[in-house]
Amino acid sequence: MAEAVPAGSQDPHGGHGHHEQSFWSKYVFSTDHKMIAMQYMFTGMAMGMIGAFMAYAFRMQLAFPGMEVPLYGLVSPANYNSLVTNHGTIMIFWVAMPVLLAGFGNFLIPLMIGCDDMVFPRINRLSYQIFLLSAIVLLASFFVPGGAFGGAWTAYPPLSSEAQYSLTPMGSSFWVVAVALEFVAFLMGGINFVTTAMNSRAPGMKMYDIPIVVWMIVIASILFMASVGPLIAGAIMLFFDQNLGTAFYDPSRGGDPILWQHLFWFFGHPEVYVVLLPALGVTAEIIPVFARKKFFAYKTVLYTVFATGVLSFTVWAHHQFIAGIDPRMANIFTVTTLLISVPIAEMCFVYIATLWGGSITLSTPMLWALAFVAEFLIGGVTGIFLGASGADIYMHDTYFVLAHFHYTFYPIAIVGTFAGFTFWFPKMFGRMMDDRLGKIHFWGSIIPFNCIFIPLFVLGMAGQHRRIFDFNAYPDLALPWMQHTREFVTIALLVMLAFQLVFFYNVWKSLRKGEKASKNPWKSNTLEWTTESPPGHGNWAELPTVYRGPYEYSVPDREEDYWPQNQPS
Amino acid sequence: MSDAHESHHGNYWKIWAWLCALLVVSVAGPFLEIQAVTLITAFGIAVVKAYLVAVHFMHINVAKRYIVYLASTTLIFMLLFFAAVAPDVMQEDGSNWTKPAWIAEAQTPPTVHGGANPH
Amino acid sequence: MSATPIATTRSSAGMPTGLLAVWWVIASEIVIFGGLLASYIMHRLAHDAWSAHAANTNTWIGAFNTLVLLSSSLAAVLGHKAAEEGDGAKAARQLWYTFAGGATFLVVKGFEWAMEISHGYTISANTFWSFYYTAAGLHATHVLAGIIIMAVVARKAARNVDLHHVELIGVYWHFVDVVWIFLFPLLYIAK
Repeated sequence: MAEAVPAGSQDPHGGHGHHEQSFWSKYVFSTDHKMIAMQYMFTGMAMGMIGAFMAYAFRMQLAFPGMEVPLYGLVSPANYNSLVTNHGTIMIFWVAMPVLLAGFGNFLIPLMIGCDDMVFPRINRLSYQIFLLSAIVLLASFFVPGGAFGGAWTAYPPLSSEAQYSLTPMGSSFWVVAVALEFVAFLMGGINFVTTAMNSRAPGMKMYDIPIVVWMIVIASILFMASVGPLIAGAIMLFFDQNLGTAFYDPSRGGDPILWQHLFWFFGHPEVYVVLLPALGVTAEIIPVFARKKFFAYKTVLYTVFATGVLSFTVWAHHQFIAGIDPRMANIFTVTTLLISVPIAEMCFVYIATLWGGSITLSTPMLWALAFVAEFLIGGVTGIFLGASGADIYMHDTYFVLAHFHYTFYPIAIVGTFAGFTFWFPKMFGRMMDDRLGKIHFWGSIIPFNCIFIPLFVLGMAGQHRRIFDFNAYPDLALPWMQHTREFVTIALLVMLAFQLVFFYNVWKSLRKGEKASKNPWKSNTLEWTTESPPGHGNWAELPTVYRGPYEYSVPDREEDYWPQNQPS
Repeated sequence: MSDAHESHHGNYWKIWAWLCALLVVSVAGPFLEIQAVTLITAFGIAVVKAYLVAVHFMHINVAKRYIVYLASTTLIFMLLFFAAVAPDVMQEDGSNWTKPAWIAEAQTPPTVHGGANPH
Repeated sequence: MSATPIATTRSSAGMPTGLLAVWWVIASEIVIFGGLLASYIMHRLAHDAWSAHAANTNTWIGAFNTLVLLSSSLAAVLGHKAAEEGDGAKAARQLWYTFAGGATFLVVKGFEWAMEISHGYTISANTFWSFYYTAAGLHATHVLAGIIIMAVVARKAARNVDLHHVELIGVYWHFVDVVWIFLFPLLYIAK
């Protein structure tokens, strides 16, 4: 990480006598929001590689059962369960959240609202340290007796609460502790984000002058804060069930396992929006810049997002339609689930309307942003099938569900991240990225991604169940065409992983030899583009004042087609 | 801290005396051994006490309006959680499941002061 | 590095940054306790038999602890008043009274739990007792965290440093008090 970050050599405070910092205080124990953003982002990306490696190992086992997987070895049934469980856990809690929410949140909020840092820099640093600790605890669970937890990322009891079923007494506890620590880290981070965005805006920046991505990250943090509480309580109860012999989730001793499912999904569903909203925000920043057009319906989008946030608290039980919940409740939750697709569909239309009639440049960030809208649409539409409780009874726990949520999470966590990363790379590191390599990487990721998950929809409709280690045990699911499809999917995964090397090569090469970035290479309006690339400590020599909204592109009667927020009229 | 803070200090000892009086009532309530009275003195008074603390000690009414909205929104979410979860958790049996321990407990009358009862 | 950023001193939302953050902390705490207590209440309503278990809790100890917390809240708010009048020494003294209240609460709770455990009412005895220890334990953790922060704030306030922190820890403390106001009838009175 160290060499990836060029030294912020300019000293904005001029005469303050800014002394040279040691390696430790600059990169490891820094309280600077940009450095903490980098720490979150690179930790998240490292965890992403670990999660991808897990996907590689279990996909190989599914395509070629019983094979010695290169670099991993033989995948035993217990290993398989640990791998799928931790793949899910890592990709959501240790990749999507740190990169999208904490990484972009830390980097963008102070820069976009025009202040010098987060309001609580030391709490910010502490939140990263707790996050790092949680990642270490999770990874350590692979090396404890019994192995890592393998009861699926939703951790339903009794599989998670009783060692006689999970066979991973320590792994289960490590998993719960890691997740709880991660929540604490993001609660602290989230309070920091919200307070900063509310209180530290640049003079002149009114509520409707805030860039959409900041709104999105703030609303996502609020959703997280308001939904995670019951699960924190639930995690304490689960931990006590595992280690103190309580019976909160044991119906034979007075508890109730469905309670955990409710506690989990009361958080778990808003969590989808916690990671979706930052990704939607990132694309909302990119699309107007490369379409050179004012963002369509700024205020409408904000109201839509508020509505989505509130609605997202009313849909959680659609994950439990076949868990034996009250059927009357299933009716209500079907209606709310179908309702929540309305605001999200509206967002897609707003993005398309922004593109309409613009002068579009298909640069790498723009390609990623457009791919986000297109791919997420497929994820959203297939969600409507699953949200209807009647259809869900057939589809539940098949690969259809799996393909559906990968079509939502891949656009969010991977496409959204790459869109933002390639867009803000010049601001983060002061150099431009290679556009040609970027496009190779883009097509090399998007085409195999569709080759992986479209066949899985088909397999799911054919009845292929999730969480099965070796389909040869089920003759109905081991038909030749099904096995061939699984092989095709695994090969597509290998191709996609191979193309990620292009990305790493591109980052490495651009950091060394990339063209120096100017202050505002994309001719964008928002405040982060008015300071140096990369911004020095304190972000601006003199903090900016804001005169207008963030999306004034191609305003008639102006020479330039953009109008920076800090430019007096 | 700011000028809005100048005038909001009331007589805190008076509020404290009220809180203590309410505490006495809520402890005394169950001695009447009427369940409705117990519930009102226990939970009705808890709400009144919480209101007194929130308004007079935490100054929630002096703070910005959105703080009240924020706190009440989280409370409403909790009510929603309760309303949607209670129908499942409070049932002894549903479609394809039963809770044997709950049914057994309902059938055997419990013994008051019966010591530890592991199951 | 350690200097306060300009960001912290701004208040475009019309509220001091620290106070705003404390309210956000409280909002996120409401859902933590809310989730736990909602789970407890729905179990309690479904189990009539639990009133027999609840009969074994000691109302007098619970009432005494309520009195202690209410009084410590009074001290905290008097400290807040003193801090706003600029009297750091008086604010610190009031905070130490609050500290003493919190510490008394924890000691009493320790004796209460030791007594109950010695009678066989352990955390795994029954789901009622599981909820009892989990809810009260989570609350006690907040009390413990509160008095530790209180001590730090009080030491600074005595030197007239960071007097606005007195209000912040006070607001947190009142919240802990409010949680106990609801725990008391839920665990001790409803029998």
